[in-house]
Amino acid sequence: MKEINFLILGVGGQGTILAGDVLSEAGMVAGYDVKKSDILGLAIRSGSVTSFIRWGTQVHSPVPPKNSIDYLVAFEPLESLRMLDYLKSDSTVILNEYKIPPVAVSTGQATYPAQEEILRYLEQNSSRIIRLNATQRTQELGSVKVLNIFMIGVLASLLPVSPSVWEAAIKKFAPPKFLDLNLKAFYKGYEQYVKAK
Amino acid sequence: MKEILSGNEAIARGAYEAGIQIAVGYPGTPSSEIIENIVKRYGDTIYAEWSVNEKVAMDAAAGAAYSGKRALVTTKQVGMNVLSDSLLYTVYTGAEAGLVVLTADDPGLFSSQNEQDNRWYSRLAKIPTLEPADSQEAKDFIVQGIQLSEQFDIPVLVRSVMRVSHSKSIVTLGERKENPKTIGPFPRKPEKYNCTASHARHMHVKLEEKLKTIQAFADTSHLNRIEWGDRELGIITSGVVYTYAREVFPDASILKLGMSYPIPKGMILEFSKGVKQLLVIEELDPVLEEQIRAMGIAVRGKDVFPPYFELLPDDILKYCREAGISIRKSFPVKETVKPQNLPIRSPVFCPGCPHRSSFYLFAKLKLPVAGDIGCYNLGTLPPFKAQHTMGSMGASIGVLHGMALADIPEDRVCTIGDSTFFHAGIPPLVNMVHTGTRGTVIIMDNSVTAMTGHQDHPGVDWSVVPNRKAKAVDIESLVKAIGVGFVKTVNAFSIKEVEEGLKECLAYKDGPSVLITKGPCIFVSREPKPPYRVDQDICIACGTCFKVGCPGNVLSDVKHPKTGKFKAAIDPTLCNGCGVCSQVCPVKAIKPTGTASDSVQF
Repeated sequence: MKEINFLILGVGGQGTILAGDVLSEAGMVAGYDVKKSDILGLAIRSGSVTSFIRWGTQVHSPVPPKNSIDYLVAFEPLESLRMLDYLKSDSTVILNEYKIPPVAVSTGQATYPAQEEILRYLEQNSSRIIRLNATQRTQELGSVKVLNIFMIGVLASLLPVSPSVWEAAIKKFAPPKFLDLNLKAFYKGYEQYVKAK
Repeated sequence: MKEILSGNEAIARGAYEAGIQIAVGYPGTPSSEIIENIVKRYGDTIYAEWSVNEKVAMDAAAGAAYSGKRALVTTKQVGMNVLSDSLLYTVYTGAEAGLVVLTADDPGLFSSQNEQDNRWYSRLAKIPTLEPADSQEAKDFIVQGIQLSEQFDIPVLVRSVMRVSHSKSIVTLGERKENPKTIGPFPRKPEKYNCTASHARHMHVKLEEKLKTIQAFADTSHLNRIEWGDRELGIITSGVVYTYAREVFPDASILKLGMSYPIPKGMILEFSKGVKQLLVIEELDPVLEEQIRAMGIAVRGKDVFPPYFELLPDDILKYCREAGISIRKSFPVKETVKPQNLPIRSPVFCPGCPHRSSFYLFAKLKLPVAGDIGCYNLGTLPPFKAQHTMGSMGASIGVLHGMALADIPEDRVCTIGDSTFFHAGIPPLVNMVHTGTRGTVIIMDNSVTAMTGHQDHPGVDWSVVPNRKAKAVDIESLVKAIGVGFVKTVNAFSIKEVEEGLKECLAYKDGPSVLITKGPCIFVSREPKPPYRVDQDICIACGTCFKVGCPGNVLSDVKHPKTGKFKAAIDPTLCNGCGVCSQVCPVKAIKPTGTASDSVQF
């Protein structure tokens, strides 16, 4: 099976870890060997969060070498720029355009990069960028808590794994109380990109 | 059956399969999820608790294993320092049932105050040590650990690292093997369990003999294996570094050590003879390398790799290339265009955190602050920059005592969390009371062990096991009982109350004073309140609200007509409505709204 490497970047509290868990589970059910590595550390305190997920026939290292990421799922624009050296030149970027300025920006010690600048860097390091205001989409659905599964929905529409596999993976990880909303968010994301095509 | 498990989930599963009956530890990244998963998945079968500190956990596990129950202790790497005093006697005594100590080390310092390599403890304590490379081995090695422990009558150390504990991979599950022992009266064997010098002399000799037997076992054990490949380069490695080495050298011969103490000398000799060049790849210290050199075998190791940080595939690639070690596999190359100086996103106090008001105040009062381990150490970072020391659990109070002994010419305080206070803060406070040194100990009581993921501690009436009642030890009564002459408890969310309380404490000159700032962590029991908002008509764009360092306070796109500065705003998806920023606004522009926020995420 062809190796596929994913990188999920976001801000603590956005649910990126769970998104990576769903992605890992779907890979295993689809028959891949899977490894995932999270940098949790102080994630919950609104810091940067990184997850690598690798699908392959036999995956050794949980962290892939540089220049090997096929899909970057960026939950926040500034975060999307942090690990560009991991992207393959023909990688795909899924970008949530909703900004969460770090405290360094709100306190005037740093400037948030301009949108054109962010896009320019992403374009130079990938071959396709899918841009959406996913936070706003999920707010319209009823809660930003399902942002992670919405993003997974967008990613799923690009991968050779059927929606039923994804559904099962979501069921395994989403809290029962929020399952319906999560499935709704998944399909919203899944269709979002299909529509954009 | 197969399941994707993190290393820590797999260790919990391993505890179940190994027939472990008692699991104890103190939370610490990256080890905390082990006890939590034991409770979540196997809580009906295994007794688990968060002990007050690692030493108490180690002694409790020893007592349980002496009594005949299989026991597990979990700790992060620095917790080994706390339990080491007890670890060393258990290696002398052995036990009636299996005893495994799990350390999760942190190469790369993702969430630790140092990068110590706990494989030194293997040699110091003379404790057999297993190093899993992935989740499958993390599970299996706990089972193996219990078997070895019972076979050789010695505790076993299993050393994980962050990349094992916090990585996930596919695990084939097994069945639980119950401990055949039943519990009867406690064994009266002082010659075995009482390490008085006259006994301990014999114990030491016995231990050295035992180690020889275990050494012979290591040479034939499937825990260690040679994977013959290309004979030009032979790599000796252990733990997760094996997976990095395989990524870079798919064809090389590798001796993978699952058991890294005692080292399998026969196997190492055989391997060294079968390859042209020998390379030891190990993160941190040259623990294996020095032992192999001592056998008279020429190896490369720390002349190629640095003794700090992780050695991920890219690092191995880089250092090997620099050292002229040939890499046959081709790696993709791309010219990356990277932005320079991206704004950092350092961790900050959560929106709604009870510590925020105190640090706003410390920054304002410019006091010297001795800090401790926990969320409140984030007060070291901008915008507060208000915590000046931090080293180990409970150190803040001892350091404050030292500042008093040095008689520095200013008022001085220290901060310590509730859980950290119970862990190691009580003895130094007793010391201050006894010697009468002056300084204010600020116990920041947020009713939880927050930084490591919201665990219980002796100050709360709940435990890691739902429905298991716990008795809360009252901090204020405890502090008074020790004999602290001035104790004040204030509402942590009120800057005014904290300031007044602090001033009263600083005014107390007859020995130490204690200020308890009480306010629950946003993740414990507090429902988020409706978010606040900034009234743009009133805001004068002075930027004062940003001094509370909350991610919920952001710049708006409205400019102040006179100064041209952007006015403030509040992100309603982040604000938890604690109101601390509204207390510092000089023009009262920050007001509560009516609707509840949904910013606390699962």
